[in-house]
Amino acid sequence: MNTTTSTETRRDLLWAAVTSRDEHRAADLVLAALDEGLDAETALMDLIAPVQARVGSEWAVNRLSVAQEHAASAITERIIAALAHHPAARVPPTLGRVTVACVDQEWHSLPARLLAEVLTLRGWQVDFLGAQVPTPHLIAHLHNIGADAVALSSSVPTRLPTAHAAITACQAIGVPVLVGGAAFGPGGRYARLLGADAWAPDARAAAHRLAEGIPAPSLATGRQQIDDLPHLADQEYTLVARNRAQLVREVLTRIEDRLPAMAAYTAQQRERTAEDIAHIVDFLTVALYTDDSGLFTTFITWTADILTARDVPARSLHPALEILADELKDFPRSTLLLGQARSALELAPSTTGTPPGVHV
Amino acid sequence: MASTKSTSPAQSRLWDLAPYPVILADEAGTVAELNDAAGHLLKGAAPGANLLDVAPAWLAQAHQEAILRTRLAAQGTRKPPVLASVSGRIAAYSFEAHPTVTQDGSVVWWLIDDTDRRLAEEALATERERTTFLAEASNVLLASLNTDRCMATTAQLAAEYLADVAIVITPVSNGKLPVARAVAGQEADRALVVADPSDLPGLGEALQGFPPVPSRWIDPAALPAWVIPQGFGSTIGSVVVTPLPGHGVPAGALILLRGTERAQFNENEEVFARLFAARAGAALSAARLYSEQSAITQTLMRDLLPPSLQRVEGVEIAGGYRPAGEAERVGGDFYDVHPGSSGQDPSLVILGDVCGKGLEAAVLTGKIRNTLQALLPMADDHQRMLRLLNGALLTSHHTRFATLVLASVRRSENEVRLRLTSAGHPYPLVVRRDGSVEEVHTHGSLIGVLPAIEAHSAETVLRPGDTCLLYTDGFTEARGGPLGDELFGEERLRQALSGCADMPAGAVVDRIQMLASQWLRDGPHDDMALLAISAPHTNHLSAVDGTTRGRYTA
Repeated sequence: MNTTTSTETRRDLLWAAVTSRDEHRAADLVLAALDEGLDAETALMDLIAPVQARVGSEWAVNRLSVAQEHAASAITERIIAALAHHPAARVPPTLGRVTVACVDQEWHSLPARLLAEVLTLRGWQVDFLGAQVPTPHLIAHLHNIGADAVALSSSVPTRLPTAHAAITACQAIGVPVLVGGAAFGPGGRYARLLGADAWAPDARAAAHRLAEGIPAPSLATGRQQIDDLPHLADQEYTLVARNRAQLVREVLTRIEDRLPAMAAYTAQQRERTAEDIAHIVDFLTVALYTDDSGLFTTFITWTADILTARDVPARSLHPALEILADELKDFPRSTLLLGQARSALELAPSTTGTPPGVHV
Repeated sequence: MASTKSTSPAQSRLWDLAPYPVILADEAGTVAELNDAAGHLLKGAAPGANLLDVAPAWLAQAHQEAILRTRLAAQGTRKPPVLASVSGRIAAYSFEAHPTVTQDGSVVWWLIDDTDRRLAEEALATERERTTFLAEASNVLLASLNTDRCMATTAQLAAEYLADVAIVITPVSNGKLPVARAVAGQEADRALVVADPSDLPGLGEALQGFPPVPSRWIDPAALPAWVIPQGFGSTIGSVVVTPLPGHGVPAGALILLRGTERAQFNENEEVFARLFAARAGAALSAARLYSEQSAITQTLMRDLLPPSLQRVEGVEIAGGYRPAGEAERVGGDFYDVHPGSSGQDPSLVILGDVCGKGLEAAVLTGKIRNTLQALLPMADDHQRMLRLLNGALLTSHHTRFATLVLASVRRSENEVRLRLTSAGHPYPLVVRRDGSVEEVHTHGSLIGVLPAIEAHSAETVLRPGDTCLLYTDGFTEARGGPLGDELFGEERLRQALSGCADMPAGAVVDRIQMLASQWLRDGPHDDMALLAISAPHTNHLSAVDGTTRGRYTA
């Protein structure tokens, strides 16, 4: 049909407009499409969302600069706002009330924003709280307005403990939680692990799930956070997370003995190295929290790929993991995770997996 | 096992001594012998009588079964079976009957009175059920501070466990009665009803909480129609109105209805309903207090929140604010944008930091923002504005002081001209399109300490792709990083800003906030405010809204 071809053409035109920072042209394009009868949800999901996804992936492979990526996202944000005022997007709320928010420290608000608009178009009354919503604000909001459900977005797996806190806080006041975003893993496995009431891979699926009705969590039993993750009782997560800074410092000091080249590093290079080590510790900590070794090994092999792509020999990862294993030798689950990561690194020096949403 | 060939007088006497009723009956059910206790218990029981006539049905039937099983066992030459005890009522008492088989195939029944135990067990089970219900009710009721949700939950729980239908009514608000009605097994519905509480006997007093009234029985015929939910089909048999006691204030009333097919409420159930009402009332009044307080807070805080910014007169301005306390929305940092009175007049941009944090500091930021707004007619004279503000702060009872930056912003062709004046505030930074970062050297004394102040303005011009950043020291003093305790510092801020070359103002704010937040992780921090002013690219005129004026409050 000719609508599909024209959606594709429009997508290319929108891409060109957004990446050349021509907000005017980009907005005209989308609004003209609506005037010609394109349905607003299709405009959001099949026109704007793919362009935004492409911005993300082009940036990840370094074909767009940080500035271009930010400018493009800012333009997309404004186009979505403009679209919401178009007559085609005026839908009276007939369904319930939903709160859409990003978990604390989640700065990528566009996926949540798209969901908020799609839900509005389908007849929900939506409260969009935006990026990085501290959990106390979210809960205060829910007490005040009493939503039927909360949709939480998170892209970075290292924020899973924060997401878990937000999920259980909402459930503790009787509001069911739907989660989405790359943080929740392939097929939403961490969503289930953290006891979310529902998971959806994209905005349309989320709207569908909400329309089916998500039963409210039972409050009578007084479920607690630890019930989801009984392995936390070993305190390993707590201890490693608490000593993060000390671990990073220790690894940084000891790695210098192993890699003589580091003596010539500038202060900035040293800080980058410290950040990379901190990242490894962060992912180790989350793997301890979720008790999921895949999370850590995927991150390590992915980092190795990135380092190789940056012409930094991935061998610097090995000593870091070794030193960590030595520092954490009294912690059985950490030892196991680090061992698995090291063998994965040896077996598969280069894999092309999905990046776990990290900005290295 | 006791075995008797024949009963002897000596045995009879022994049975007489037994502390329980004992009765021996043969295969035909004819009573062969019994002790006095059994004689007193079973009217008409005497040797020769049949169990079917003198014993209760459950015992007579158990006797027949015991005989049958004994006979079957004898045919199969198996050992005599171990017969199970049975229990049942005899008159007002409850008995356990333990059978033993004699050698000639008769059965002796030993009757043990367990009335008290049975009663105790029943009471315990009821009590356990109620405790579980109250514990669950507390879990559910305490979970939400939302009044609507709390009302619906109360009605639903009460309908489920106490009655067939439950209605929760809270005191009149805006001339209407908020009502939640629930039928057992269904979702509660909520409504605002225009009705006179005195329509329903006892309701007025319960809603006023005065005079103190116990639960009150009323005639089902006296129920006004609005009380009964739509989903309830049967006839109402009994109605009780129970006040919901709150924290010293009346929280509302609970009306329980039962259909005619169910027993009326007994005294015990009524007492229990009151226990539930006490919990529900406490939860409801907590929710009411919370929503009242939060409405007050929201109203008072509205003017203290940072304004949401739009493009002003062709200049992109964006701001970001993160208060020190995670649960707070306001603090001691502030910013404001006042568009010029005409297109030619410069807009005034303000960013500042009051010493201290939290609500108290926020109140002072409100005063400063109001004062500066009143001084807008002299916005072109920064020094004079600052002097007057200084005077106003010195005479107020606050002992705090403040630092701030004033910026007059004017678009000229595709450039943006800035005149900046700092009063004890960190230098504004400018990032050029090529990524170089400059300080704007304006300096002056802080405000609210000395009677005389001085301030020196500086000017700069932004070309398309350039951005000027005003920030508070919450950024440079953010502690964290990979090693946990390093300052973010000016150098890192400059580097971060350098990476923001050629970005729109909103993106600059987002990026700096994100980098600082990643630096901090979950560590403690001061209030952090920043504001970016950038000259848009010429093809970049707002497609959405370029004419928005004025200050917005979120």
